[in-house]
Amino acid sequence: MRVMAQMGMVMNLDKCIGCSTCSVTCKQAWTNRPGVEYVWFNNVETRPGQGYPRGYEDQEKWKGGWKLDRKGRLRLKAGGRIRKLATIFSNPNLPNVDDYYEPWTYDYDSLLNAPAGDDFPVARPKSLITDKDMKVEWSANWDDDLGGATEHGYKDPIVAKLGDKVKFEFEQAFMFYLPRICEHCINPSCVASCPSGAMYKREEDGIVLVDQDKCRGWRMCVSGCPYKKVYFNHTTGKAEKCTMCYPRLEVGQPTVCSETCVGRLRYLGLVLYDADRVAEAATEPDETKLMAAQKSILLDPRDPEVLAEARRSGIPEDWLEAAQNSPVYDLACRYDVALPLHPEYRTLPMVWYIPPLSPVVDALTETGHDGEDIGNLFGAIDAMRIPIEYLAELFTAGDIDPVNDVLRKLAAMRSHMRTVNLGEAVDPSIAEAVGMTIAEMESMYRLLAIAKYEDRYVIPSAHTEVANALLEELPGCSVDFTSTNGDSPVGEAKPVPVTIESFQLTKQRLEAEQYSDLDHKQ
Amino acid sequence: MSGLDTFLFIVFPYMCLVSLVVGHIWRYRYDQFGWTSRSSQWYESRMLRWASPMFHFGLLFVLMGHFVGLVIPESWTTMVPESLYHLMSAGVGGIAGIVMVIGLIGLIYRRRTTPAVFRATTKSDKLMYVVLGAVIALGLTTTFYWQIIGGGYDYRQTVAVWFRSIFYFNPQAADMASAPVLFQMHAVCAFALFAIWPYTRLVHVFSAPVGYLWRPYIVYRSRDVGGEPGNRGPRPGWDKQGGMSGNRSENNYR
Repeated sequence: MRVMAQMGMVMNLDKCIGCSTCSVTCKQAWTNRPGVEYVWFNNVETRPGQGYPRGYEDQEKWKGGWKLDRKGRLRLKAGGRIRKLATIFSNPNLPNVDDYYEPWTYDYDSLLNAPAGDDFPVARPKSLITDKDMKVEWSANWDDDLGGATEHGYKDPIVAKLGDKVKFEFEQAFMFYLPRICEHCINPSCVASCPSGAMYKREEDGIVLVDQDKCRGWRMCVSGCPYKKVYFNHTTGKAEKCTMCYPRLEVGQPTVCSETCVGRLRYLGLVLYDADRVAEAATEPDETKLMAAQKSILLDPRDPEVLAEARRSGIPEDWLEAAQNSPVYDLACRYDVALPLHPEYRTLPMVWYIPPLSPVVDALTETGHDGEDIGNLFGAIDAMRIPIEYLAELFTAGDIDPVNDVLRKLAAMRSHMRTVNLGEAVDPSIAEAVGMTIAEMESMYRLLAIAKYEDRYVIPSAHTEVANALLEELPGCSVDFTSTNGDSPVGEAKPVPVTIESFQLTKQRLEAEQYSDLDHKQ
Repeated sequence: MSGLDTFLFIVFPYMCLVSLVVGHIWRYRYDQFGWTSRSSQWYESRMLRWASPMFHFGLLFVLMGHFVGLVIPESWTTMVPESLYHLMSAGVGGIAGIVMVIGLIGLIYRRRTTPAVFRATTKSDKLMYVVLGAVIALGLTTTFYWQIIGGGYDYRQTVAVWFRSIFYFNPQAADMASAPVLFQMHAVCAFALFAIWPYTRLVHVFSAPVGYLWRPYIVYRSRDVGGEPGNRGPRPGWDKQGGMSGNRSENNYR
């Protein structure tokens, strides 16, 4: 046993209202720069829907993640090392601007400076990558709230797989929101795909990062990630991805997406896992058993043997305490209600989801039934095959039993808490029906429904005496640097990589003591 | 041997090599962040799909040919029958050169006609394309004029001797001065390319990721390497920016 710590996240999808506050605050914090206009470290997808980039889940097309070869060994789906190097001059699996969208701004200047006339001036959309007029046709959540689903909905890879069963007519449709960030996988295929070795998993907390100094822009990580959560900065020519807001986590603060989530649906916490058994879990031959295999390498942080091994690996005491209080471990392993996204990619993703019961409850109440009656709920879960099959394709490689089990637990919790809140006689059979005790059910309720800040975010700070400095302005962060020499009609910066003509610029940037010393108007 | 010969075949090559070496050291020390192939595949991949591999693989074969012709002494290559050597040099070199040129033309056409790619093209890219294009055009012309139409010129006795002598620091400019002018122009242009190399996107050649073949798939790295906060130890170019080096108060009062 070799114990490693991993920071993980759980999202409770029942609470997601699809407001995209997480996406917007994340963008403001991390990707509001030229070159990453189209990059959404966090995005919120309406499901059924194509997701972002379009149809990213179709791995027969994109070849992301891992697969097993005929002998049951783990192989990158896009091919091994030699194949990677052979296709380095043109990556055959790389999504391009058409698969994301062409980022744009508006020519606001024409609103302010148009001469007086009979017609109202308009702000035309201008492409941020060509500076030319463009027609806005798609964006990161163009199919939000099933918009255009009767036309585009069938392009959702899961809908295509389930065939004609998923309906998009208003009366028959179901939908829910799926917020996505980088999964910070235990077995990350992006890291394995990077020819330069610039991507790495942090030993301390398992966060997957790109070393901006080492990245050489070979783009294999972008195609290697099955979730398409590594993006190519087309200005700097380097890969960028969700950092799990590590500068915030290091000082004990939750990520920006978590902190600003109005539904309070995100949970952050540590899990301990057995690094010696990662390969074993990732090579489980039966895809539907991958989730169980992944859970089996997560270690019980209260087991004395685990704790002794963890101490031997140098994990500090306050981290062990945080692991014991971790909402992620509790939701994934103790209550067994959190499921990984697409375990069949074999990357052992560490952002978990509690599948939504709301499509079931909604359907039930719309038909005039009592949506909190346990009998009705169980009956509806059994009857509503299509949403559950859809959820199973997302979270359990198509096995509906674990999804059913989670939904039954959520339904039982709903029913049980109604009896408690109405002062009715508590019926222990409700909890027993899903294999829980009343005490367990009520503590799960506190974690899911009350969801206090300190219960949602159990984040041990990093062990460094100068951690506070991390919060202050980081003037040396190269990715923040954009030069504005070079005019574009809409005032956006033009890319100026370091070359002969920008020697002085580079030198000045490197030698400046303070960010504010730089002449930004150069 | 004229003064011009001395300049072109002794002074100029050394100047260019100094630029190549010093420039790369400077760039490597101060501009890790800018060290990238700056791929434009995200903008356009249909033309790139064929043009880029044609250019790059063609170029790799051409470079191998140059290695055999210039670096390996003639006494070694004469072990191969002359006709076979000539066939390899002119035939394989010519074919690889044509493949490379078709790829290059495709890439330049794509760069000019795709608005997004053209906008992302810098002045240094344009200069690099001119010099690289000249090197390739002269090289291919030389091969066709001398080796295929002309029946063969044994550059191993002049050009190769001169080329190696540069690295012994005993430059034999007279050998090169006696070579046909096409060879001379090709060589001078190539050295000009070496001179601008470190300041262009060509640096990506020196980060060809061959280490990928041997390294373990999953890379782990400790946050605390180097004892500094952040992900890794201090490196030139990052550590003088203030804020992190303990001189905050001093900086604030400047």
